[in-house]
Amino acid sequence: MNEHTNVTPRNSERREAATATALLPPVDVIEDGAGITLYADLPGVSRDKLDLQIDTDTLTIEGVAEVELPEGLEAKHAEITVPHYRRVFTLSRELDTEKVTAELHQGVLKLRIPKAEHAQPRKIEVRG
Amino acid sequence: MAFSFLSRDMFGDLERLHRELQQAFEGGPSIRGAGRGGFPAVNVGSTPQSIELYAYVPGLEPSSIEVDLERGTLSISGERASALPSDGEKSVVHISERFSGRFRRAVSLPDDIDPESVSADYKNGVLHVCVKRRAEALPRRIAVQ
Repeated sequence: MNEHTNVTPRNSERREAATATALLPPVDVIEDGAGITLYADLPGVSRDKLDLQIDTDTLTIEGVAEVELPEGLEAKHAEITVPHYRRVFTLSRELDTEKVTAELHQGVLKLRIPKAEHAQPRKIEVRG
Repeated sequence: MAFSFLSRDMFGDLERLHRELQQAFEGGPSIRGAGRGGFPAVNVGSTPQSIELYAYVPGLEPSSIEVDLERGTLSISGERASALPSDGEKSVVHISERFSGRFRRAVSLPDDIDPESVSADYKNGVLHVCVKRRAEALPRRIAVQ
């Protein structure tokens, strides 16, 4: 298994998020022989308010949480005050960005980024 | 380099400073443990007719979320399974930030609520609980004869 992280959070992402006043969604990133699986918590985001972009080696996850509020609602206690999520990752080259699949279920995004064929693990037979 | 005196982890330092300021201005965490930053994040609001609670608790099945109202305290609890592979699988966890395990958060409600009229729905990972106020507690205008 590689030592380096194949999906690297940008060092500057905290700064980017701060300027755009977006929440940084928590993620899990798991790598297996065939690719990378990324889970992100995006509660309140529906499929049409989710924006996934891959620009060469940059993966950007953005979403807007939409919660229907009754009329005349007065906030008493608020922990989520910004309804906008954003997170940016740098992808390494062996990942096949053409074959990314994404599912969104009850506010959890699951992204699967397979490795390019040539980067998949192979067993090399030792002849002797 | 003009900026070489800046520490590489300046943003980490800023974040720590932010936490310290937050602690100083907002006080310590609640006695129930999960204050700001707990799971799930909770927003509470009120209208003249109701108390509305929104819990940002993604990735659950609606039937597995427990919503209880007891002695004026509304609590939500449940368990969220980990997405991480179990030991022995041939995979590597690079980032692990998402909450897993049992959770519980509780909110004290005002006295004028009607414990019989509570509704809860779950959509896109947000749990919304609406607790109506008692009819006799609603604001009324009394007509002058």
